[in-house]
Amino acid sequence: MPDATVVHDEVVMADGAKMTARDVDVFYGEKQAVDKVSIDVDSHYVTAFIGPSGCGKSTFLRCFNRMNDTIDIARVGGRIELDGKDIYDPKMDVVQLRARVGMVFQKPNPFPKSIYENIAYGPRIHGLASAKADMDEIVERSLTRAGLWNEVKDRLDESGTAMSGGQQQRLCIARAIAVDPEVILMDEPCSALDPIATARIEELIDDLRGNYAIVIVTHNMQQAARVSQRTAFFHLGNLVEYGGTEAIFTNPRADRTRDYITGRFG
Amino acid sequence: MAPPNAHIVKSFDDDLRALRSIIGEMGGLARSGLDRSIQSLLSFDMELAERVIADDRRIDDLEMEVEAFAISIIARRAPMAQDLREVIAALKIGALIERIGDYGKNISKRVASISDSKYRGAGSGVERMGQMVSEQVDDAMRAFLDRDPYLARAVNDQDEAIDDFYESLFQTLLGEIAEDSELTAPATHYIFIIKNLERIGDHATNIAEMVHYSATGEYLEARAKGGDATGLTLPL
Ligand SMILES: Nc1ncnc2c1ncn2[C@@H]1O[C@H](COP(=O)(O)OP(=O)(O)OP(=O)(O)O)[C@@H](O)[C@H]1O
Ligand SMILES: [Mg+2]
Repeated sequence: MPDATVVHDEVVMADGAKMTARDVDVFYGEKQAVDKVSIDVDSHYVTAFIGPSGCGKSTFLRCFNRMNDTIDIARVGGRIELDGKDIYDPKMDVVQLRARVGMVFQKPNPFPKSIYENIAYGPRIHGLASAKADMDEIVERSLTRAGLWNEVKDRLDESGTAMSGGQQQRLCIARAIAVDPEVILMDEPCSALDPIATARIEELIDDLRGNYAIVIVTHNMQQAARVSQRTAFFHLGNLVEYGGTEAIFTNPRADRTRDYITGRFG
Repeated sequence: MAPPNAHIVKSFDDDLRALRSIIGEMGGLARSGLDRSIQSLLSFDMELAERVIADDRRIDDLEMEVEAFAISIIARRAPMAQDLREVIAALKIGALIERIGDYGKNISKRVASISDSKYRGAGSGVERMGQMVSEQVDDAMRAFLDRDPYLARAVNDQDEAIDDFYESLFQTLLGEIAEDSELTAPATHYIFIIKNLERIGDHATNIAEMVHYSATGEYLEARAKGGDATGLTLPL
């Protein structure tokens, strides 16, 4: 029986959360990776998921846009809602869901196509732009929001894979926001980047905050402290503690949280 | 409070231990300076008073060491949660102890002026108040070294007794000045001395508050520190 999650008052939401998870379990075959996790994700804040390797952060994050559907042996239980609608409802259009809940991965994964095409791909399949001019505008706006426009506006035909790692990651973020998502999930988006490229991404996350609900998985404690306003600490598939980032990093309540963030984990 | 588990990176524990030990040394020196300043006052021992003044340098140096070390720990280790609170507490406590050292030094500086006068009236009251304050400093330092929030709270609670004692000594000294204007100069020195003692008591309380915050993450409910208003009525 897992200890109950320690939930700080300040993250208990009065009105509707953007996304809610209730008693979510995930199994890979017989093995349970996520154990009865409940959490609310607010659209005004960046929420950080932290915890030791293998605690189920990525697995849980992938539940929010049903990326676990692509893993044969994965089974998801419990309930996850987006704006109060069950996303595991059989009638839910998963392609549509993934446009509304976008994802950025640890390793930048641009398509082996031009920078322009990397951005245009999503809006095209979702029918967001019919005319070339509309598409041009989406491409420019997305790249601008991702802080990349000035660097790439003269070489939109070049391959996305020919950029630096940091640029590729911002390209992936631009690609995610091109389809006008409501939620952006990021799984260790900076772990392959140097401090300057990391700072750019963090600045970008800060810029995007408020327009999208953002959930970021990170191993970097300082990064969680810098970019998020909400922090959730996971351990062995349990959500141990969820609270305001400042409280979690200055005065965590659960012993397991404290030991982890102060570097005392046995 | 049970000592926290060890860090995975052991040299981090070494750093925190070293920081605490500098603070511990500072606290010991400040308390000894305070005790000796009272002693020099009671026995009009000018040599001892001079030594207290000279020894205060060491406390100033240690405070700078604490500051540099705390900054270095923050830069190198990026402490979090209780570790962060402890480093910040050490930084602030270092500054508070340095002030306590200064007050002790100030008391010693008055020994020469007081010894010129034949007035001896306030001695036993100052001695008693000196003991109370010294014990407060000792308790505050022990609370810090043991990370003991209960002792910290006790220090906080005891401050009122010191304020009351200050108040009554202050009234006594005012009364003596009113009765015999020749006592104005020495009694005024004593008023400053008991005011210094009262401030040391406040600083011991401030240390205790930082200890409580560091140990628990919670602030002690703020208590109005007494003794300030009466300063306005000093007959100067
Ligand atoms: N595709 C999979 N098939 C089987 N087991 C998996 C799969 N993906 C993850 N797991 C297992 O599920 C558990 C949680 O893994 P997950 O990747 O969610 O952890 P994590 O917290 O993201 O770790 P990390 O910080 O290392 O990325 C682990 O025990 C892992 O071995
Ligand atoms: Mg992961």
